[in-house]
Amino acid sequence: MTEPTLFELSSPGRTGVTFPEADVPRFELPDSSLLRDDLPLPELAEVDVVRHYMALSRYNYSVDGGFYPLGSCTMKYNPKINEDTCRLPGFLYTHPLQPIETVQGNLMLMYQLQEWLKEISGFAAVTLQPAAGAHGEFTGVLMMRAYHKARGDHRRVKMLVPDSAHGTNPASAGMLGMTVKVIPSDARGNVDLEALKAECDDTVVGLMLTNPNTLGLFDEHIQEVVRLIHECGGLMYGDGANLNALLGIVRPGDLGFDVMHFNLHKTFSVPHGGGGPGSGPVGVSARLADFLPAPQVGILEPAEGDTPPLYGFVTPKHSIGRMKAFHGHFGGGLVRAYTYIAMHGAEGLRDVSQYAVLNANYLAARLRGTYKIPYDRVCMHEFVMEGRIEGSDVRALDISKRLMDYNFHPPTNYFPLIVHEALMIEPTETENKDTLDRFADALLKIAEEARTNPDVVKSAPHSTPFGRMDEVKAARELVLCCWLPEGYDSNR
Amino acid sequence: MSNTPASLKYAKTDEWFDPATGKVGISDYAQEQLSDIVFMEITVSVGDEVQAGSQIASVESVKAASEVNAPVSGRVVAVNESLPNNPEAINSDPYGSWFIQIEGGDPSGLLDAADYEKHCQERAH
Repeated sequence: MTEPTLFELSSPGRTGVTFPEADVPRFELPDSSLLRDDLPLPELAEVDVVRHYMALSRYNYSVDGGFYPLGSCTMKYNPKINEDTCRLPGFLYTHPLQPIETVQGNLMLMYQLQEWLKEISGFAAVTLQPAAGAHGEFTGVLMMRAYHKARGDHRRVKMLVPDSAHGTNPASAGMLGMTVKVIPSDARGNVDLEALKAECDDTVVGLMLTNPNTLGLFDEHIQEVVRLIHECGGLMYGDGANLNALLGIVRPGDLGFDVMHFNLHKTFSVPHGGGGPGSGPVGVSARLADFLPAPQVGILEPAEGDTPPLYGFVTPKHSIGRMKAFHGHFGGGLVRAYTYIAMHGAEGLRDVSQYAVLNANYLAARLRGTYKIPYDRVCMHEFVMEGRIEGSDVRALDISKRLMDYNFHPPTNYFPLIVHEALMIEPTETENKDTLDRFADALLKIAEEARTNPDVVKSAPHSTPFGRMDEVKAARELVLCCWLPEGYDSNR
Repeated sequence: MSNTPASLKYAKTDEWFDPATGKVGISDYAQEQLSDIVFMEITVSVGDEVQAGSQIASVESVKAASEVNAPVSGRVVAVNESLPNNPEAINSDPYGSWFIQIEGGDPSGLLDAADYEKHCQERAH
């Protein structure tokens, strides 16, 4: 059942194209070392290549193929109209270096998207540059650092991160050389206020809060948390990865957050899961607006009469500089997200969040009792349950693998770390009740199997192209290449 | 049920300390929670002064990456150089797989085996 690699399928002389006879004089390159001949590229006909990739695609699981409740990843269905708009010739055949007068439509879209994200989040300004969520975090934390520096406040080196935050948060702060201090959760899954108070001093850069957090819970003391951080001179960073729970209901800017990244590839239906491309715009409060990356899209000349405004690029006064070549993931991210927002409108976006929350609570209600849900209260768009069954030794990993036999993508497992054998389930708003019921039924059936026939669970999956992978071997033996072309000089 | 030797002392963060030899490692409960360990790195060197609670190593399993802290303060007198090449030994023999050896460590702030077992049981629910 293993599909060979393109190199293994290759046969010398087989080609996909036949070049016509040269109709220009032959010319020898002056320096022949410009061309390398030690990389024997695979030689195949077009049909071989198509069948190869078609075969690989059949091994894959996608949101177009089935239910994908991967917690905190918001694997919602991506409407196909996005694919139409991002392929409009005006977007497709433009270059970022074109004179602005020739790309006013693109700039207008970016400007309008900035404005919409501001309205949705309650922030004063937005940059569209960051290429993905963690890149957005890095951008946000850079601005927080620049803000403190600009005030001559050089003692601030400590970033506070709750243990229910996304894993990228401590990594982003660590990348900037900050000391990360983990704040525990209390018994209801909120930030432990006493532990937070103990860390609030004049060395705090800020707090990076995921709200709702990775337990799918909205922090019940959010205003108190914001007040504590602001009182000690710190800034509030919001991880917007879970924004799908809040659209049209709560605005992080109104709650007092100073900076937040959006994941357009989660909340706003930009496809992801195959490694990208993501898109991680960042919104900031008024006091951080001058530090935004440059360039920003702005209005250079206001509209006058029938003449539309002239859109162009502006540089914020104390900009941290450029975070990415050109202007973010334009067609892949920004056009799709713009389309999604335009198609839903304000009311529609609020529906998105309400259905996302309803779906998660419906699943929790069906599974509660069979699976333990620690921190069990009304959840937001996702919830975390324990992947273990009384009287059985199956673990969250086994349950995840067994779900594949029922043709469901497994939930996120073993995260957050504060729940034993965690299974983090995020159904998203796009699933109907029938799908949710089939998924709940599968999990209830697996719980029964765990007691009556644990081996079938522990050796799952049985119906996938490949069985249980050896994750330990994969992590320990980092051999990524199984074959090197004959005569290949790996030192070159 | 995890194995918790009575001759050792334990930190709440799941490190063991051997008062007789000054050796430090992670408990059977900790290795069980982590599951298969695939990578480990010791981040201190011989001669370093470490504070109780400061990081001395990191351990990565197929499930999670976590920090290992010094259970006591003192001077590092030996580092188990071979352990990073054989991290799975922590799973099979957690109390034989010492990370570092600390001189002058005061174990009085640590839990004894019975209290540590209780601490593990509390967290299991």
